[in-house]
Amino acid sequence: MEVNITINGSEHASDVEPRTLLVDHIRRTVGLTGTHVGCDTTSCGACTVLMDGKPVKACTVLAAQADGSEVTTVEGLKGADGLHPVQQAFTDDHGLQCGFCTPGMMLVGASLIAENPDPSDDDVRWAISGNLCRCTGYINIVKAIRTAAARVAESSNGS
Amino acid sequence: MAAPTTPAEIGGIGHSVQRKEDARLIEGQGNFLDDIDLPSTLHMAILRSPLAHARINGIDSEAAMALDGVLAVVTGDLMDQHGLAWMPTLSGDTQAVLATDKVRYQGQEVAAVIATDPYIATDALELIEVDYEDLPPITTPQQSLEEGAALIRDEKEGQTDNLAYTWETGDKGATEEAFAQADRVVTLETHYPRSHPAPLETCGIVADVNSVTGQATIYMTSQAPHAHRTLFAMVAGLPEQNIRIVSPDIGGGFGNKVPIYPGYVVATAASLLIGQPVKWVESRTENLISTGFARDYYMKGELAVTDEGRILGLRVNMLSDQGAFYSDAQPTQFRAGLFHVVTGSYDFPAAHIDCKGAFTNKAPGGVAYRCSFRITEASYLIERLVQNAAYEVGIDPAEMRLRNFIQPEQFPYETATGFVYDSGDYPTALRTALDEVGYEDLRREQAEARAEGRLIGIGIAHFTEAVGAGPSRTYDIAGLKMIDSAELRVHPTGKAILKLGVKTQGQGHETTFAQIVAEVLGIPAIDIKVEHGDTDHTPYGLGTYASRSTPVGGAATAVVARKLADKSKKIAAHLLEAADEDIELASGVFSVAGSPDRSVTIQDVALAAYTNLPEGMEYGLEDVTYYDPPNLTYPYGSYIVVVEVDPDTGVWQVQRMVALDDCGVRINPMIVEGQICGGLTEGFAMSAMQWITFDEDGNCIGANFMDYLVPTAWETPKFELLATEVPSPHHPIGAKGVGESATVGSPAAFVNAVIDAVAHLGVRNIDMPVLPDRVWAAIDEAS
Ligand code: FES
Ligand code: FES
Repeated sequence: MEVNITINGSEHASDVEPRTLLVDHIRRTVGLTGTHVGCDTTSCGACTVLMDGKPVKACTVLAAQADGSEVTTVEGLKGADGLHPVQQAFTDDHGLQCGFCTPGMMLVGASLIAENPDPSDDDVRWAISGNLCRCTGYINIVKAIRTAAARVAESSNGS
Repeated sequence: MAAPTTPAEIGGIGHSVQRKEDARLIEGQGNFLDDIDLPSTLHMAILRSPLAHARINGIDSEAAMALDGVLAVVTGDLMDQHGLAWMPTLSGDTQAVLATDKVRYQGQEVAAVIATDPYIATDALELIEVDYEDLPPITTPQQSLEEGAALIRDEKEGQTDNLAYTWETGDKGATEEAFAQADRVVTLETHYPRSHPAPLETCGIVADVNSVTGQATIYMTSQAPHAHRTLFAMVAGLPEQNIRIVSPDIGGGFGNKVPIYPGYVVATAASLLIGQPVKWVESRTENLISTGFARDYYMKGELAVTDEGRILGLRVNMLSDQGAFYSDAQPTQFRAGLFHVVTGSYDFPAAHIDCKGAFTNKAPGGVAYRCSFRITEASYLIERLVQNAAYEVGIDPAEMRLRNFIQPEQFPYETATGFVYDSGDYPTALRTALDEVGYEDLRREQAEARAEGRLIGIGIAHFTEAVGAGPSRTYDIAGLKMIDSAELRVHPTGKAILKLGVKTQGQGHETTFAQIVAEVLGIPAIDIKVEHGDTDHTPYGLGTYASRSTPVGGAATAVVARKLADKSKKIAAHLLEAADEDIELASGVFSVAGSPDRSVTIQDVALAAYTNLPEGMEYGLEDVTYYDPPNLTYPYGSYIVVVEVDPDTGVWQVQRMVALDDCGVRINPMIVEGQICGGLTEGFAMSAMQWITFDEDGNCIGANFMDYLVPTAWETPKFELLATEVPSPHHPIGAKGVGESATVGSPAAFVNAVIDAVAHLGVRNIDMPVLPDRVWAAIDEAS
């Protein structure tokens, strides 16, 4: 079947098997491998992408269901003026170790900040509670997302 | 903490340099195994046994073969024709690659489909018919060793029972004497449950064997690419020069990516036979039910103590559940890993340890899950025992430890089981942590709370690890000595490439190892590229596990950098027209003693190494070192956990977690703390929720992330970190390794805290994971 998905701003029209998962479509057909797969029960969030601005687990969405939507993957986080504040904060605050969970974590973080400019520690922990990390113990992930929020707030106050 | 000796721009030891590996990872440009996409790659899926124990009477793969897109169905019989139906394990046993006679655990590999598309490969699995004949499953080691139990390893010559190994160490006579002198004997029987490392990325391989040239390029999720190359050569009979193992970015390892799994062998054989690359990436369920589990030790510990709280001796009996094959990843000489470090941080003369392992109808493994070969189990046992001993003797658990600690002046200290601890100051560590947590006040609050019917518990663990295996006289895996290496090349413009035998899985080697070179030579860490994971392009080494990267690979790095520093000084002397012995090197500047204005930089020297040398010197500025450590290193720490237990539900919450770690010199404090936070979380996980169980038919409960509970950000406690820094005297830069300390040390602290909350009721043990129903039952039974 024909699906047309805008991924990171560019349109991708392709013929896919109806059962194709969005994550496989993104990774194999479109060739963007920053979106990862860590489980088979919708538990880990390594596959998280933003679909029309909201985080979804791309292993549990069919490519067909994403037809006509705008998808952002980790490769689309960076803007014309450089790294997204979440990306910068993840490296500044050592929010990643192996980096396998990181794309999903950053996308959830970015969408949280868009909705809640000043998230508390608990707000962040709750937001990322669908995303597993086996390396960091989360503490620096939470810190990084809050750092990013503070920097975004600061720069919008300043402007 | 010692202050850094280099300026921040150089970024030597002690600087929290931002990680170099981050740039690619935060932009989705990492290169993980499943991201590798070679032209005409075929995909493999594995058919696994639904039963724990059954004879295979036949496999019908006709319908699967007929499916469009399927190229081959590989069975045990086909593998057998190539002599590959069985493979050796890392503990001298053999393991089935694809089952030929019977299946011995649920999830065992029975057949594999090779297809053009992964969806088709999975579809085809459904079409394979296997005729199984049920056999009685054995799901506990106790059952396994009973008289008349069904023989699991009936194919193994000379095997007449289900015993996998026996191992004994320590001095039995001396221990008996110690027990005869004791005022009391404190006994603890406890199970360290089966767990699984479950790195977020599962295991996988892309095998690319060129049938014309015989060149095998094997991309795999490997913590030990060089050792794997040698093992591949031995198992598959491929010439080693034709095997190139590439371990790309690894999404966490924690021991799970040390063994060679059957899927790797099948994919490689399939690529060889078909002549196209074959990719296999396991699903999470496959990862949890079939690849290396950890722990599963049934331990009985007895401590001989005096009424003054002095420990006189320790006796341990341990029975391990090995699953169907004995495949522990551990040094050859030790059948239960380094479990005999079980004497912990305490000074007593006698210990005896008696171990045996039994085969069961469960997945094999016995990997060192974020642990130096079973030290986690050992540390847990002694720290639980010491706390119980304090209750029995009637002194405070902190005081009990202080009375028995090995004292700073006793180092190097030889334990009752023969480990020579390198350095430490245990009393300072514990006292610092006690002060930080406000121990005296907490004990008062605990008493007040008790009077109101609230249950507060304070748990301590003071662990000592033995990491960095290891000295060649004692440590080998499959005969390969556990040395490691570093090769350093400084280019004419003063930039360098460092090539390592070890391999990161998230620990940050590309940053910290560059910092070691920066410290010695003064080349900025940013100018040093670290390569690892590709056996064609790095020197030999045994890999990254058991916290051995910094102790062994890090030492090799320091030594090779020093070799280049020595040569550089001679070149500098030539450039400065001074005597070799008058040259001093600090932060990349070579100056003449007494006249600091006469100087050249490491960059000048690097250029001269290729352009302007003293008479008779060989061109170039590069070298390689193979490091054979003189001893293990012994990181330690004092962890204190405060919990509140709800007496009505048994639910416990962590109120505080203070963790003091001494891992010797810290190369990059930010990364060290990151490692500690990750390890504490895994320790908490094991104490609170993370275990794999089986029902009586041998069905694995814990086959996915809905049944196998790993903590999310929501459950994970917050940690307060502290540090002391007693360097390792024998390590070239005084570092000890830290990746696993927190996983090793913390489970006992969490469990001790819960026990402490209910100890006044007489509770002395609750097995891990300390689930609320277990706590509730313990309270109920005690009152
Ligand atoms: S891969 Fe999608 S939630 Fe785990
Ligand atoms: S950084 Fe490894 S899983 Fe999160």
